Amino acid sequence: MVQISASGPRSNEQRKQSASVRAAWALSSPALLVLLVGALGPLVIMLIFSFLTPGTHGGVEWIFSTDAWMSVLLKRDIFDGTLGFADAHLSIFWRSIRLSLMATILTFLIGFPTAWFIATRSPKARAFWLFLITIPFWTNLLIRTFAVSEIIRKEGLFNTVLLKFGIIDQPFAIIFTDLAVFIGLIYVYLPLMVLPLFAAIDRFDMRLLEAGYDLYANRWQMLGRIIMPIVKPGIIAGSILVFIPCLGAYVTPQVLGGGKNLMIGTLIELQFGQGRNLPLGAALSMVLLIVVTAALLVYVRVISKERANG
Amino acid sequence: MTDAIAVEARNALKAFGQGATAVRALDDVSISIRQGEFFTLLGPSGCGKTTLLRLIAGFETPTSGQILLDGADITDLPPNKRAVNTVFQSYALFPHLSVAQNVGFGLQMQGRPRAEVQSTVAEMLALVKLESMADRKTSQLSGGQQQRVALARALAPKPKVLLLDEPLSALDLKLRKEMQTELKRLQLETGITFIFVTHDQEEALTMSDRIGVMSAGKLQQVGTPRDIYTKPVNRFVASFIGESNFLSGTIVTGGVRLDSGHVITADGTATRSGKVTVAVRPEQIRLTPGTEAADLTGTVESWVYFGTDTHCHITLQDGTDIIARLQSEVTGDIALERGQTVGLRFAAGAARVLEG
Repeated sequence: MVQISASGPRSNEQRKQSASVRAAWALSSPALLVLLVGALGPLVIMLIFSFLTPGTHGGVEWIFSTDAWMSVLLKRDIFDGTLGFADAHLSIFWRSIRLSLMATILTFLIGFPTAWFIATRSPKARAFWLFLITIPFWTNLLIRTFAVSEIIRKEGLFNTVLLKFGIIDQPFAIIFTDLAVFIGLIYVYLPLMVLPLFAAIDRFDMRLLEAGYDLYANRWQMLGRIIMPIVKPGIIAGSILVFIPCLGAYVTPQVLGGGKNLMIGTLIELQFGQGRNLPLGAALSMVLLIVVTAALLVYVRVISKERANG
Repeated sequence: MTDAIAVEARNALKAFGQGATAVRALDDVSISIRQGEFFTLLGPSGCGKTTLLRLIAGFETPTSGQILLDGADITDLPPNKRAVNTVFQSYALFPHLSVAQNVGFGLQMQGRPRAEVQSTVAEMLALVKLESMADRKTSQLSGGQQQRVALARALAPKPKVLLLDEPLSALDLKLRKEMQTELKRLQLETGITFIFVTHDQEEALTMSDRIGVMSAGKLQQVGTPRDIYTKPVNRFVASFIGESNFLSGTIVTGGVRLDSGHVITADGTATRSGKVTVAVRPEQIRLTPGTEAADLTGTVESWVYFGTDTHCHITLQDGTDIIARLQSEVTGDIALERGQTVGLRFAAGAARVLEG
């Protein structure tokens, strides 16, 4: 920005400042370029595609249309041509949100005591436990998900053991149900909840608990009035890290849900693959993005409001 | 102050670790602290003073022995069931709460009605002169202000006893002096029993009604600041509180025959016999140019100018080093020369035979 100043030449300080601003831009330009090409570019393409017409043999035809956006929510009856809600899409959205919320809550319930346990160990033991938490990341997600399916399928480990010991006489039908998807999501995303929680609890000053105990708080009051409010940033980070990938999960519902119990991710993939409806796939992707962004905005709003009040 | 006992420890023993490696942080300590008293536990780090405080607060349970509050055994009560509050060395203020919320925390946990909490918080903030800071976050306060919040928070539930764990150690000298006066004022205004832990002997002497001097997990001496300073019972107390010269000798009729051959009169000879140690404060020694009528004679080695006074190092014939603290002359000069032979005279009652 060029500014013609009435008060004569710019001071040394101003010149130094604008030089450091230029340096900052120069240094961050590679990262900005990657973001522009790698993140913003595809988004723009998706946005454009969602307003085009599907080609008869795949691809898109460059004819403007809002059909894709309409059919996210609405569908035309094939017999009488009346418009109704796209129940299938809505139920898939609803299932995705419900499963993701439940997975977030459950990973928190499991992850919090785990993170607390790790954060209160000696430094040596702590490194060991953290190492164990990160081990799953060494293996491909697909392989891990197949491993889960091996355990819970009809003739899998879980049922075989229970049958052998006579605890059940019919195998549990877990695989290809919502429960299977749910178990898979928790298994895959639990570390993403534990790690930020650990970081927050690690920073927590345990002496505050003595202060609370001294000031007549019982265990639950210490948890609710002291620990939770202070480690809240970690809870929020963990929830975001679990909820968002859950919502868009593809591998887990595909492998463990058997393609029957679709989630948004599988639905989108279907449009780009078998469905050959690229505009609908693009529109669905944009809807997913909007849902996630809205959820994040609400979160940030609530947090900043609390900060301002507190 | 009454003679009623607020807190009592009976044969309190606290060992950390197991078996042969166990360390006795507190070794069979019995103590009675009176109601409305400003009592200081004084000692070097690791002497067990903080352990005793934590036993009273309930953060630790004694390996053996009892803790009594107002005559009732509270040894097995958790901290949240004891009418005792603590001001922590680190303050341990809740960072997510405002100043007023911090002060009201204890009252809220006790389930007091909202109106009572509000009025007590206002009263406490006025007591520590922080009314204008009620809505601030604690991180926005200076060290001294945080200290006041910690005090107000601990005083708000009106505990029977307030425990203070080296609360002034994080403050700079000027602020520490201010807070010493402030603490004394708060104690007098509230009438609450204060148990104050410190390693700073000056702090202990200026603030306390009584002092308990601790070392190596044991209580060495309990008494008023004046008693502790003028009548130390053993070598540790005599050297930890102020400075002392130690002279060894043997009890004889009429006094103590020092190893240097001189016979001096000393307090506490009546009940003792055999080899003893005599303590003399440096400021109770007068130097005379001549050796007539002197208790001892020695040679001037060196001196150090301290402004208000001058410390003079003297060696006795038998090699014992003595420090005499002399009031400085107007000119700052000293009428002594290195190598000069001087007579030492002890003020009446200055020499004390130590127990054990």
